[in-house]
Amino acid sequence: MKHSLRHIILMLLVILSVSLRAEEKESLDVKSFIFGHTSDGYCFHLTEVKGEPVCVWLPVIVHSKESGWHVFSSKHVCELKEGEDYQGFYIAPMTDPKYPGKLVELTSSGEVKRPFDLSFTRNAFGIFLVCGFMLAFFLPAAKKYKKDPMATPTKYQGLVEWLTYMVLDGIISPSIPKSKVPKFAPYLLTVFFFIFFCNLFGLIPFFPFGANVTGNLSITLVLALCTYVAVNVLGNRHYWKDILWPDVPMFLKFPIPLMPIIELISTLTKPFALMIRLFANILAGHIIIMVLMALIFIIGGMYGAGLGAATSVISIFMMVFMTALECLVAYIQAYVFTMLSSIFIGMAQEETEENGERNPEGLTDRTGGKTENGKFIKQTNN
Amino acid sequence: MELFLPESGLMIWMLIGFLIVLFILAKVGWPMIMGAVTKRNQHISDSLLAAQEANDALEGIEIAKRKAIAESHAEQIRIMNESQELRKQLLDEARNEARVQTEQMLAEARQRIAKEQAEAMAQIKAEVITLSVDIAEKLLQRELADKDAQSRYIEELLKNNEHPNIEA
Repeated sequence: MKHSLRHIILMLLVILSVSLRAEEKESLDVKSFIFGHTSDGYCFHLTEVKGEPVCVWLPVIVHSKESGWHVFSSKHVCELKEGEDYQGFYIAPMTDPKYPGKLVELTSSGEVKRPFDLSFTRNAFGIFLVCGFMLAFFLPAAKKYKKDPMATPTKYQGLVEWLTYMVLDGIISPSIPKSKVPKFAPYLLTVFFFIFFCNLFGLIPFFPFGANVTGNLSITLVLALCTYVAVNVLGNRHYWKDILWPDVPMFLKFPIPLMPIIELISTLTKPFALMIRLFANILAGHIIIMVLMALIFIIGGMYGAGLGAATSVISIFMMVFMTALECLVAYIQAYVFTMLSSIFIGMAQEETEENGERNPEGLTDRTGGKTENGKFIKQTNN
Repeated sequence: MELFLPESGLMIWMLIGFLIVLFILAKVGWPMIMGAVTKRNQHISDSLLAAQEANDALEGIEIAKRKAIAESHAEQIRIMNESQELRKQLLDEARNEARVQTEQMLAEARQRIAKEQAEAMAQIKAEVITLSVDIAEKLLQRELADKDAQSRYIEELLKNNEHPNIEA
């Protein structure tokens, strides 16, 4: 009782200090506040000390048509005041209609152009952090397995095994013909854990985490592109025959190839939906959390610290709730992306009925026993 | 809406990072884990099968053991019965033989006794004859008067000698 009372007082003090600060900054640009945090950036902004930003600077790599390659620390461009530039480059403000928050180049003719930007941004950092984490997490287990496959697995191996087979048995095996599982499982497993860890790392609000990787269209575009390649380039003859010459009445495919066109478009819409779904879900979650945060400052700015403090209590509880929900979404979106990818791949790998080798038994024969029949059909209908 | 425009630079970083991880894990990550787990599963199911087989074999051995015990028990009883019979038979045989032998010995003894009796009778007869001749001699020495009377008397005596009373 005594402890919880102390905690509540402490929390109220923190909240009050936050809302007092909110009163200081009279006007808060909500749009730049939210999108400055959820979109890509050139540095990790940690905090401010005496008005000076404390950041982790990342390298900027740009190629200008006029002056060629430039590599410098983002410190130079992030600390610029309005109207200044560094080697002709500066970061457009979030209010800029064309390139908000992006590095732009002021050409000699006075034009504002976007150079080819290969900067190692916050999201690029996030990608490589997740990549490094995945390698560090899975490779030692693989090494142990390779060394002695019959040894009793350690707890760590058990965790890796459990995670791997959760995806393998729950998502991949029910959707893909059994003989094709070894071919496609590595891609699908990598995609699942990449998305899952990116989502989780994006929820942790401090350096080196916090980059909103999967809530960025460029990343989901690349992932969807990989699935597109896996489905269409590696699809079998039967799949392509169904697209280019489907079993429909002749007038639908000749002389105007109506059905083939629709089918070809559908091959594009599937990965497009994957791309948008993941991107929108993760971005929306981040935006909601940011909005709840901004609400404190907005209310505090408009009606004073008292009401701001009152709002912050609600806001913080809502943020806790949202973060918990986001943890769930992190898993669900990784699951959905992987499952749809594996269903699309499975459909492109299906053989004709005569020599078909569907896998209605479902799961890989892990326990030597059989699992529920019809699991495949159940899941493809979803 | 700049939010919906992909960035070529970030896409390149993403492609590099993702493909590196995919390549490494596809080469030395996932196949090892999946292979090892599959191998272990195979090993476990094989072991279970082997255990089952061993169990079945043990059961067979148990049955055979029980059967052998039962068989030997029956054999034991049979042997005991047989020996009992044999014993009885042997006893009977011995008894019979003894009886036969006894009878034989008795018959022999009887024969000998009869023979000895006959011999003794013959001897006694000879003795009696000698005695009677001696007596007759003595009588004759005393009464040598009448030779005819004497001869008659001897004849008479000889006839009487065949009397059953003398025989006995």
